[in-house]
Amino acid sequence: MKTFQQIDIATQELDPEVRASVYKTGKLKIETRQKVLARDFGSRTDKIRETAGLIKQHTLEHLDQYLEQAERVLIKNGVKVHFAADAKRANDIVFDIMRCNNATKVVKSKSMVSEEIGLVPYLESNGMEAVETDLGEFIIQIDDDHPSHIVSPIIHKNRRQIAKSFEREGLGDYNDDPSVITRRARKHLRNKFMLADVGITGANLVSAESGRIVLLTNEGNARFSMAPARIHIAIVGVEKLVPRDRDLAVFLNILTRSSTGQQLTVYTEFICGPRNPGQKNGPEQMHVIFLDNKRTEVLASECREILRCIRCGACLNVCPVYRQAGGHAYRSVYPGPLGAVLSPLLAGEQFPQLADLPKASSLCGACHEVCPVNIPIPDLLLRLRNKGKEMGVAHAQKGTPDMTAWSLLATHPTAWNTALQLGHAMNYTPESILNSIPSASAWLSSRSLPEFRGGQFRKWMKKRK
Amino acid sequence: MTSITPQRQIPASKRVLLMATCLCDAFFDSAAKATVEILESVGCEVLFPDGQTCCGQPAFNAGDWVASRKVIRHFAKVFAGNEPIVVPSGSCAAMIFHGALLAFENESDKATIQALANRTWELTDYLVNGLGIKEWKGIFPHRVAFHRSCHTRGTGSADAAQQLLQSIRNLDLLTVGEAEQCCGFGGTFSVSFPVLSQKIGELKLQHLTENKPDYLASLDLGCGIHIGGLLAKQASSLQVLHVAQILRDAQLNNQRFITQ
Ligand code: SF4
Repeated sequence: MKTFQQIDIATQELDPEVRASVYKTGKLKIETRQKVLARDFGSRTDKIRETAGLIKQHTLEHLDQYLEQAERVLIKNGVKVHFAADAKRANDIVFDIMRCNNATKVVKSKSMVSEEIGLVPYLESNGMEAVETDLGEFIIQIDDDHPSHIVSPIIHKNRRQIAKSFEREGLGDYNDDPSVITRRARKHLRNKFMLADVGITGANLVSAESGRIVLLTNEGNARFSMAPARIHIAIVGVEKLVPRDRDLAVFLNILTRSSTGQQLTVYTEFICGPRNPGQKNGPEQMHVIFLDNKRTEVLASECREILRCIRCGACLNVCPVYRQAGGHAYRSVYPGPLGAVLSPLLAGEQFPQLADLPKASSLCGACHEVCPVNIPIPDLLLRLRNKGKEMGVAHAQKGTPDMTAWSLLATHPTAWNTALQLGHAMNYTPESILNSIPSASAWLSSRSLPEFRGGQFRKWMKKRK
Repeated sequence: MTSITPQRQIPASKRVLLMATCLCDAFFDSAAKATVEILESVGCEVLFPDGQTCCGQPAFNAGDWVASRKVIRHFAKVFAGNEPIVVPSGSCAAMIFHGALLAFENESDKATIQALANRTWELTDYLVNGLGIKEWKGIFPHRVAFHRSCHTRGTGSADAAQQLLQSIRNLDLLTVGEAEQCCGFGGTFSVSFPVLSQKIGELKLQHLTENKPDYLASLDLGCGIHIGGLLAKQASSLQVLHVAQILRDAQLNNQRFITQ
């Protein structure tokens, strides 16, 4: 089938096995989410989603104030606070901290923000050792691949492929038993944890009241990466703030249930600062790097609601397009409905390059329905389509029929009626028009149009009077 | 999910303006006729403003909001008045009570569009939540799979339609797997992303036909044209009906049954 849009081409080319696994995982997670929310919260679920959305929206609208508050309390807790305007600055700050402390070895726990700024490749190219410790991310790292989902980075891989990678990396003979794979990774990583100077994490939530940083993991790797290391660096998108500690409860209740269908993750860390004088373990230094990287531009845009996102992945899991296309089709760090909004915005001046992402949606709204912070994603996609059109981004328009002639007809009833009737009389069917548009003939290769009956209803209606 | 319908007054009179939709104008006259007949059967006076064309959705979804606003303004002129505007399409109704508000959020005539939005109803939402009809007298001895079209999300329509269908005698309303999933139509999306659209559509069809329905039913003939188009290509004789057609036929069956 001839098709022009990049995501559609990627879908056509996607390995059916990958598609099957993305679909299966997405479906399973959404079903579990649904069951758990219905069981635990029933009809109050929407109220909680709306509340969580309001808290985040409020925080965003007073972000300057809450950032200052967080900075103050974090400093009081003994944390060094940094602000990074962009990816480069954030990477440089990490590098400087390491250099000043004669540190060369990093263990990293999963964080989308570090993907966004390209931290690991940056550190590696500057002579540091940086190891991903989340199992999925570890596999991505040894394969030199990219995550295709924000929560399940290797949703596109099967265990046979993983077993081969382990064999190639000298982590043992070929064995695709998941428990063997896990045990081997564990053994390999344990050493890395023990020898690391620095543990780098993201943050799921930050309370502006107490400076508490919340980290959610199932593997305990965030906790482990902080235990032996001398230095803990948390890189945090500025949108991760919530006003008070008590607000954390709302998000802890809804995040994991939406994400994996768990009531809570296996490990939930609340970190206030570096180790206390009397404390035996834990980092001597803690740094928090607040990252902007175009977030304040998003905040000033008509799509600011996307900054409420708590990266649960539910919108990816439920999305009919993501399920068919997979994450790599989105050509950016954040895939799926969330990514179709956020990625073009974070691209800043490169917006045109990703202006096709907001078009790759049937606007079905399943994402909005599951979003724990109630982001009206379809509305935001529509605003970005309008923006792309206004900017005249040609590739994003490919295959979209031009609306000029149509809007002319649709504002001139006589012409509209004539077109309907003429079309009928001359058998000038939409099918023959459509066939002359290359992308539309693709439509017709798998679907046919019903019989054209233009004007019939109006005739009938007139006769009744 | 969070509601997207505006706060609407329960209409006092039963005079309604019918917005037939461009799809009914071009293809599905039978669904528009059924709409008129069932509205009249519950005592409505149905007016059909002749200047009507389309709701503006094709351009709106394509990202051409300038073109879309022109069409919406035309719609507002043609449908001026106080009567409820009834639309036999979840998607076109949502275009007016939700989409148009987005397209006009920075426009000076926003208030006109808000007033228009407050009067606009999808057909079954109007029957159940506007007129308070809770059950439908009729017989329809068939297995029906209802496609919960996406633009009824956040509105009362899908529940309303299923409530009515369920109350029809001998109608067997089948369960449909992954009911929250889209059929892959999405208007211009299906033209510019034909591969995705087809794959999503075929999956939907599997779910819809799983329990061997005699008919598929929908509140949206956009979905209907897509699902029906896939079926036709597969040489299937299964038909997609608008819910209005089932309501009308159920009524006719009932009258026949009584007179016999
Ligand atoms: S947009 Fe909503 S559903 Fe999607 S990842 Fe973010 S919080 Fe989750």
